[in-house]
Amino acid sequence: MRFVKLLSFIVIALFFVAHPALGRTINGAGATFPYPAYAKWAWMYNRATGVKLNYQSIGSGGGVKQIKAKTVDFGASDAPLKPAELKKHGLMQFPMIMGGVVPVANLPGIRANQLVLSGSVLADIFLGKIRRWNNARIAKENPGAKLPTMAITVVHRADGSGTTWIFTNYLSKVSRDWRKKVGNAKAVSWPTGIGGKGNEGVAGFVRKVRGALGYVEYAYALQNKMTSFKLVNHDGNAVAPTAENFQAAAAGADWAGAEGYYMVLTNQPGPQAWPITGASFVLMHKRQVRADRALAVLSFFDWCYRNGTKAAMALDYVSMPESVVRMVEASWAGEIRAQDGGAIWPAR
Amino acid sequence: MTEKTVIRGGRGGAALADILFRWLSFALAATIVCLFAAFIVILIIEAWPAISAFGLKFPFSSEWNPVSERFGALVPVVGTLLSTTVAMLIALPISFGIAFFLAEISPHWLRGPVGTAIELLAAIPSIVYGMWGLFVIAPLLSGYVEPWIIAHLGYIPIFSGPPMGIGILTAGMVLALMVIPFIAALTRDVFMMTPRNLKEAAYGLGATRFEVVRDVMIPYGKKGIVGAVFLGLGRALGETMAVTFVIGNAHNLSWSLLAPGNSIASMLANEFTEADGVLYTASLIELGLILFVITFIVLGSAQLWLRSGPGGKRR
Repeated sequence: MRFVKLLSFIVIALFFVAHPALGRTINGAGATFPYPAYAKWAWMYNRATGVKLNYQSIGSGGGVKQIKAKTVDFGASDAPLKPAELKKHGLMQFPMIMGGVVPVANLPGIRANQLVLSGSVLADIFLGKIRRWNNARIAKENPGAKLPTMAITVVHRADGSGTTWIFTNYLSKVSRDWRKKVGNAKAVSWPTGIGGKGNEGVAGFVRKVRGALGYVEYAYALQNKMTSFKLVNHDGNAVAPTAENFQAAAAGADWAGAEGYYMVLTNQPGPQAWPITGASFVLMHKRQVRADRALAVLSFFDWCYRNGTKAAMALDYVSMPESVVRMVEASWAGEIRAQDGGAIWPAR
Repeated sequence: MTEKTVIRGGRGGAALADILFRWLSFALAATIVCLFAAFIVILIIEAWPAISAFGLKFPFSSEWNPVSERFGALVPVVGTLLSTTVAMLIALPISFGIAFFLAEISPHWLRGPVGTAIELLAAIPSIVYGMWGLFVIAPLLSGYVEPWIIAHLGYIPIFSGPPMGIGILTAGMVLALMVIPFIAALTRDVFMMTPRNLKEAAYGLGATRFEVVRDVMIPYGKKGIVGAVFLGLGRALGETMAVTFVIGNAHNLSWSLLAPGNSIASMLANEFTEADGVLYTASLIELGLILFVITFIVLGSAQLWLRSGPGGKRR
């Protein structure tokens, strides 16, 4: 009996000693928008190095809460934190990946990217001012198109969301009414419509309700083969939602001039720029109690910047340009410190 | 001599065990009361920022604006009560019909299968009901039922609006389906407990089946039936996932049952994880507190009514 106990103790002890990944797990939590890309990267990184990433896609707000409470190694948010808030909690943020938010509809007989919407029309639909698809203002932007007489049912997010933050940020920029009456946040007081939980909830409602108009992260629009729209961008061109056009929106961004990487990519100038583009951010504490863990996290993100582009593109995300990566890694070296004040990055 | 001491010792042990058991069971019962009190205290503490900011306006304000941080509970409270009312209006007659059929009319060989089917329905997870509501009921309602309702009854405010298939009515229907198995199974058991000689005496006096149900079985099982109804009501009030799927999660106050709305439980499920800011979180917790109070009032009034109502004291 004693022998059995001893044996089981040894087996358990051996398991902990012999399992290298057990001590090498990175914990992160936050935004759902980049989750498919992070999951793919984590899988690839685990195969390459044996280090595991445990990422909980609980939403941007949850990610910010968790990193402030220091329960995770990094947090992720689609809405950048303002420099003042970063300072208050001793945090730094950097952009990891970019993507587009796309309006989608359920309109029988209308092809994807056949119809064009301007920002002000989109805002007025979501304000409940334009209620039917054959409204004169939609018709004016789509001469020759056969618009259905259906009522428009707006579909928005029921939960707080970084996708909503990006979308309402765009609407606030293109519509004074929207800015005054509703505003820009992860959850807003919607003037009209029904709410779905998560991107998949919105996509589900749009597919169920005829005449529905919602907004989802680009990958969901593609996967569900939904009817997307061309949007009139900052330069006045009607552009389709494509990875190239998201990239075009990111190209003009002045990251160097953005304090704390506080950068919003909506309504960017550029002939091809998709107007509702957003970056997803990673949050870390500037003062790290366990330097080895922080180094493991930074090594992972460094690896993703260098090796993750193709995987991200395959999932219809846009990776950060080389120049931004160099800037971000310089910030790591300059801002993230161990307990003794020494730099953690690059690895010594 | 030795024998006696052994016996006495044994008795002493038994008495001690008895005392211990009494205290143990008392402690277990007390935990429930403590837990209940702890719930209320914690909810009030956590909701305090919202309670002190909005005061008595909170339950009566229909505003819910995370941007300007002004919150009110009217929309989800109305949505919860309305969807539950619709559910009970549909579920009660159907459940009583099922229970009556199983207890009185059904041939013996049919009782087993139908009874088992009802119990199986009660065991289906609520999210399955929600998905079924979204994928089956909602298209059915928006395609066929609601256009008809709007065309024929649209002049009544509660039946106006576009046929979306998603809203308070759909939520009520899905909820009804979820509570029917509970109410039906319990009511059947209550009906079955009516003593045979009472029923036979009534039949012997020339009562019809309906009269036997109305004048013998229902009065006899009143307490049990009310218990069954309130169990179903409790489930409907607090149901979360199934409602989230079909109620529309819209923060809007409308006269129409066809319009989308919101319920307290589904709002909590949707918004809690992403609520940032002290006031937003506190307001959601105050919503939870309100749901707690509503449930408390409903169950408490049922108890009172049972105790004071005519015939309530018979058992």
